[in-house]
Amino acid sequence: MRPVYMISGGITKFAKAHPEKDFRLMVKEAFDYALADLPGLTRELIDGSVCSYFSDHFTRQLKAGAMVQDYLGLCPKPSRRIEGGGATGGLCFQAAWEAVASGRMEVCLSMGFETMSRVNTWKGNEFIALASDTNFDYPVGGFYTGYYAMMVRRHMHEFGTTVEQMAKVAVKNHRNALHNPYAQSPGELSIEDVRSSPMVATPLTILDCCQMSDGAAVAVLASEEVAQRLSSRPVRITGVGCGTDAMRMADRPRGEVILLPHESAEEYRDLTYPGVHSFRGGRMAAKLAYGMAGITDPARELDFVELHDAYTSSEIQTYEDLGLCRYGEGGSFADAGAPFLPHITYGLSFSGDDRWRRVPVNPSGGLLACGHPVGATGLMQAVFAFWQLQGAIGKHLGNDTLQIRDAGRGLIHSHAGTGTYITVSVLERSE
Amino acid sequence: MGKDAKLPETEEGSVLFNLDPIIVKYHYEIDYLHSYAQDSPFFAGLAKKKLLGSRCTVCGYTYATPRGHCMECGEPTAWVELPLEGKVHTYTTCHFGGEAFLKETPYTLILVEFDGIDTLFLSRIVGAEPDEVRIGMPVRARFLRNCKFRPTDVYFVPL
Ligand SMILES: [Zn+2]
Repeated sequence: MRPVYMISGGITKFAKAHPEKDFRLMVKEAFDYALADLPGLTRELIDGSVCSYFSDHFTRQLKAGAMVQDYLGLCPKPSRRIEGGGATGGLCFQAAWEAVASGRMEVCLSMGFETMSRVNTWKGNEFIALASDTNFDYPVGGFYTGYYAMMVRRHMHEFGTTVEQMAKVAVKNHRNALHNPYAQSPGELSIEDVRSSPMVATPLTILDCCQMSDGAAVAVLASEEVAQRLSSRPVRITGVGCGTDAMRMADRPRGEVILLPHESAEEYRDLTYPGVHSFRGGRMAAKLAYGMAGITDPARELDFVELHDAYTSSEIQTYEDLGLCRYGEGGSFADAGAPFLPHITYGLSFSGDDRWRRVPVNPSGGLLACGHPVGATGLMQAVFAFWQLQGAIGKHLGNDTLQIRDAGRGLIHSHAGTGTYITVSVLERSE
Repeated sequence: MGKDAKLPETEEGSVLFNLDPIIVKYHYEIDYLHSYAQDSPFFAGLAKKKLLGSRCTVCGYTYATPRGHCMECGEPTAWVELPLEGKVHTYTTCHFGGEAFLKETPYTLILVEFDGIDTLFLSRIVGAEPDEVRIGMPVRARFLRNCKFRPTDVYFVPL
């Protein structure tokens, strides 16, 4: 395998609905943005593409990826679709990495979209729920917020996690998004606002959940030779990992923790794992990505994380899977302010617990505030991480409030189902 | 050859929501001939008021939600009758849901754990208010009298 770099990216504004643009035009906008951002990068230099979108039901079109490929003027170059539920975008990013790492392509375009506004919200929830076992789970009242509610109920039972800790995640991500013009639902929320908003599935309120969106994103990946020729600030992808778990969360085993280098079996002696409270696939993805990137203590070696916060609860669960804190500490990690940006006022008081180094999580606003056009989401994370590592947040967002000073290494995390496919990729500034 | 050929006009129209851009209603519906295949005995069991799980013939791992082959070792499983009493492992009350279930809200989902069984079973609980359901609460399976061959033919009530 050879080194792979991200050399450009682009996104559309994520919104509840973009009826004036179809999926092809949205991807085209993101693609043109990426081309314009890197003079020297032309359509001719792109050897092929991978295209991510989750649901043919939403698109009302099979083989929609082929239509994006021709719309962008990339025929007859190679392309294929990547699909893996909520992790579709993260899987697509890694598919482009594979194309370049293997030597098959010098430059690979990863492009993703979703147009979720084409059905009403409840039909959309039904489509998403069809990504659970349709013999045993979906017919019982299949509803993803319900599944996540059951998982966090168990997390609360095992570890004492509270709804207020979850609400703090919503406050954080919506406040961060106030400085991100691409975000769908920025806002100044309080814990009280989150708790008093309509209940969706106990204990998750509507502000604990991300919204459905229309949007597109692209990331352009290239070999070292091309990256150094075209870009003065390429970002190297130093680690990729992916993990899986059983489709039915009822099937999750209760066994031993998969350990990261900085952890010991002794500290988890009394923990059954993953049960329904943790994501074994996320831990596996992190372990593989850290191994490749040479990371031994993620909380000390990462400068920021963009993770898949489809729910406030899953952000807290994911802190633990990624090893930013120990299993069971996710709620306290949020309470301590560790995942918050240091220079933003959130209207919250933090616990003062100093067990953890500050690692800003979802400085962009994450899925909760940016929106979640499924096939674009994992690539949106890549684009924000890329801009962070280039020090170019100010250029692209129109203000540099969210820019993390001297950010050298970031992590992106994409997550499907109840934890069925999960990807982790590590990106680093290259001097 | 007929240069005056014409398609017949019909009285069907389109439901129009918007003109710029044009947004129309597009209807789509499917009837599948869905086979439960190797999971079929579970659904047949529901008609006999039995809850069938599966046990690995090699490693003994036992699944409350059945599967034909073992997730731990890949070997075939055998059908095994589950106890009809278990405990709530976790729960939620859904106030919204997918379109198909909106009319049933609020409904309470539970994952049921059974003594000696390694995995869980997703079901609904009835006969308990949302604020009465607790982790660890004992529950008993009940079955619809008229089987629909769906997993909702079984549900749970407080013990
Ligand atoms: Zn076995």
